[in-house]
Amino acid sequence: MAKMTLEELRKLREKKQNEIQKRDIEGKDARIIVGMGTCGIAAGAKPVLDTFLEVLEEKKIDNVSVTQTGCMGLCYVEPTIEVIVPGMPDVIYGNVDVETARMIVEQHIIAKQLVTDHLFDRPAADIIKKDGGK
Amino acid sequence: MHICIDDYLLDIVQNSFEAGSSLVELTFAETGTKLSCEIRDNGKGMNAEIQRRVLDPFYSDGEKHKKRKVGLGLPFLNQACEACEGTFALQSEVGIGTTVSFSFNLNHIDTPPMGNVVSTFLVLLSHPLCKELVIERSLKTEKGGETYMLRKSELEAVLGPFETSGILSLLRQYLASQEEELEQYREKTHLDVHRRNTSPSRKQEM
Repeated sequence: MAKMTLEELRKLREKKQNEIQKRDIEGKDARIIVGMGTCGIAAGAKPVLDTFLEVLEEKKIDNVSVTQTGCMGLCYVEPTIEVIVPGMPDVIYGNVDVETARMIVEQHIIAKQLVTDHLFDRPAADIIKKDGGK
Repeated sequence: MHICIDDYLLDIVQNSFEAGSSLVELTFAETGTKLSCEIRDNGKGMNAEIQRRVLDPFYSDGEKHKKRKVGLGLPFLNQACEACEGTFALQSEVGIGTTVSFSFNLNHIDTPPMGNVVSTFLVLLSHPLCKELVIERSLKTEKGGETYMLRKSELEAVLGPFETSGILSLLRQYLASQEEELEQYREKTHLDVHRRNTSPSRKQEM
């Protein structure tokens, strides 16, 4: 792969946009929020975010919102992520490693089933008022 | 403690975003033996008293998390730099901004691995509070080297907002292609490949 120019990037973007419009949208309005505080980083939140992008790219799902937030108050089960899919309860998953991240895309985002082994409720009470975990 | 150098970097650049900076400039310069890094922001800055206290892991301004008694980002970095004959410096002025500079001696046995620079830049560029971020990344030796610049506003003008998985994947592809030039130079000049962008498996560490 040669060093890409901004112009080449623009062309890739246009190509992708056309593809999105053609495809029936699978991950529409789904959101993944990765806890990227000091605790999250130390526990490996960065490779987890990478895996989400990688698996979504692999499954050709372009429209899932992937964002980051600070600590959600569950430092003991980092990396933590929040997943919001319309028609499903908003949940926080904990102890998410790269394998779990793959499972969350396949099972939660695509098959609409909770990954119950990694379910860790909502943000802790003292955090939720301040930033709502978002 | 963090595992890789890029984890320390990610952690402290976030401070600049959270300090309300409209511009953050990051220099990430590597030679064969040394990594020098500087983060300059125009955020709210810190007074002398706070500057004195931020290296204490048991100090936090409590603004983000009301009851929290620890603040580990800067203390972690300071400790890691000290452990491997690196340097650490903090300059700040209220209302003007803050500059953090640090370096790692890449030949020191206690220097952490570099980590994944591409992922770190991706996470920083797409941080929700990042307004403008300019990154200058270089690898230079006496014989020459490679450099690239990244500017958030420029990239966003091409891609649109960094929010969805498809756009982030494109951005990652772009960043990887920039970083690859550096890696090719590294291989060509037979620089220590031990420090390349390989992040140890988290499982091994735990």
